[in-house]
Amino acid sequence: MNVLAFSLFLAIVGLTLIITYAASKRTKTTSDFYTADGSLTGWQNGMAIAGDYMSAASFLGIAGMVALSGFDGFFYSIGFLVAYLVVLYIVAEPLRNLGKYTMADMIAARFNEKKVRGVAALNTITISIFYMIAQLVGAGALIHLLLGLDYVYSVLIVGVLMTVYVVFGGMTATSWVQIVKALLLMIGTFIISIIVFSKFDFSLAKMFSEMKTATPLGDGFLNPGNKFKNPLDMISLNLALVLGTAGLPHILIRFFTVKDAITARKSVIYATWIIGVFYIMTIFLGFGAAAFVGYDDIIKANAAGNMAAPLLAQVLGGDFLFAFVSAVAFATILAVVAGLVLSAASAFAHDFYSHILRKGAATEKEQVVAARWASIGVSILSIILALFAQNMNVAFLVALAFAVAASANLPIILLTIFWKRFNTAGAVTGMLVGLFSSLFLVAISPNVWAPEPGAAIFVGEPLITLTNPGIISIPLGFLAAFIGTLLSSKKADEKKFDEILVKANTGMGIEEPVKH
Amino acid sequence: MAMNENSLKKVNNASSSPDYTEIVQSASFQKLLKQKRNFILPLSLFFLAFYFTLPILTAYTTVLNKPAFASMTWAWVFAFAQFVMTWTLCILYTKRASKFDELVDTIKKEAAN
Repeated sequence: MNVLAFSLFLAIVGLTLIITYAASKRTKTTSDFYTADGSLTGWQNGMAIAGDYMSAASFLGIAGMVALSGFDGFFYSIGFLVAYLVVLYIVAEPLRNLGKYTMADMIAARFNEKKVRGVAALNTITISIFYMIAQLVGAGALIHLLLGLDYVYSVLIVGVLMTVYVVFGGMTATSWVQIVKALLLMIGTFIISIIVFSKFDFSLAKMFSEMKTATPLGDGFLNPGNKFKNPLDMISLNLALVLGTAGLPHILIRFFTVKDAITARKSVIYATWIIGVFYIMTIFLGFGAAAFVGYDDIIKANAAGNMAAPLLAQVLGGDFLFAFVSAVAFATILAVVAGLVLSAASAFAHDFYSHILRKGAATEKEQVVAARWASIGVSILSIILALFAQNMNVAFLVALAFAVAASANLPIILLTIFWKRFNTAGAVTGMLVGLFSSLFLVAISPNVWAPEPGAAIFVGEPLITLTNPGIISIPLGFLAAFIGTLLSSKKADEKKFDEILVKANTGMGIEEPVKH
Repeated sequence: MAMNENSLKKVNNASSSPDYTEIVQSASFQKLLKQKRNFILPLSLFFLAFYFTLPILTAYTTVLNKPAFASMTWAWVFAFAQFVMTWTLCILYTKRASKFDELVDTIKKEAAN
């Protein structure tokens, strides 16, 4: 076991527990628990969004993909970033103005019926749990590689920590863990990038020309097409990337942690700058790993390339930088899973328990208790699923989450704000068709079925060649919402739409945060 | 006494919900909607088109594989342009949104009277 890495892991655990302890004293009401009482500044929330978003898939996954497949890995960086324009231009401000604690709140602001809230909450929970299993499986593998701990113990450690943050510190602890992580990740990535760039004499021209001979791909390394061979699949992936973010529940709930739409806007802008700078640096991580670690050693450590960034740190800065970068990767996972637990738990406690089961009659104290138990329940469920999913492909789970988010959530969010005729039947059909069509398309895809044993979950021919369902399921989600609306005999409540229009665009009528 | 009356008035205003249809039909609200639509719709279409042009060109053609500067091909230049595009659109949005905010203030004041 690497003692230095172990000490840095402990330091990070200690720091996050101190944050949680401080936050626990400020977490008493439901508003504290779900949204840190809307008290974050634009800058703080911008950092927290970045910390919530830049997952291990971004840091370890993209670095590995760029190192192994060159240009194609960079598509993820571009899609993950441009997605924030959809969030900024279309979703963030109306969401802040209409919602209170969860995404379902926003939809229920227009269609205040149990089934609408229930289905919206179901989508939130499904997406968050798929995303979380991916993070936990990744965390297990990473800690196993870095510290030599068993997969089971690794998942348990991460699982217990995320539960502690959320149960005791709620959104305040989650936000600050994310802020600290964003800072650490930017520092770690920046140090590596500068060292890599210095090895190319700070010349982009030199870097690109040397990359032509640095890998087994030769000239082809710099050209697209090494990883994605099927053009339609490629477009489908890009579609899910750019539209998925605006439907990811753990990102959407971050906008309730600020006081108004103007601050929500500022936080997206800050987040976009931070995330953009980070994704630019993924080129240095990927190129550096390809050039200085080498194809064979990257593949040897992990076939998918997930160890490229830590290995690069080892080559460039020895044991200390390796330990530091590993600890940063660990912090990255912790911050993301905490956000996911919170988003799934708030859907359980706020939507299912308070609104549907108790019909809004639960006291403040009962709601906070329910939210804490929901967090524990969500954590235990995800830990168990992650233990069974050890051999599942992480990319498959993340693709699922993005595709479901883009197909099931985004159409409903957009139509709720913009379409006057939209009605309850349309909202419910749209969400259900988006959810189940994306799940079904993945279930029959090459992610799940492969002719050769071990390449996917089951052995057999996949029914479709698309690995990402977005290009079919996203239009289906929109279509189902339209058809459901048109087929329903119930006319849309136009007065209600006027109210939504005014509230979404001006923020009138949102509750002032309660002062304690 | 006057202060008490004032605060009472405020409470009443806050608790009774305004006539949203009237606000929607007001000139300033229609102006806000129009300004937002004229900005957000074309720019959203633009960034989606700009974004999808890259994967479509790389998936179906090899035109971007020609070197642009030294060994850097046009695909990379286009990829970096996506970052520049994103940041530029963020700045443009911030500037324009402050105009929307002014209109929102007007609408809120009108609704309060």
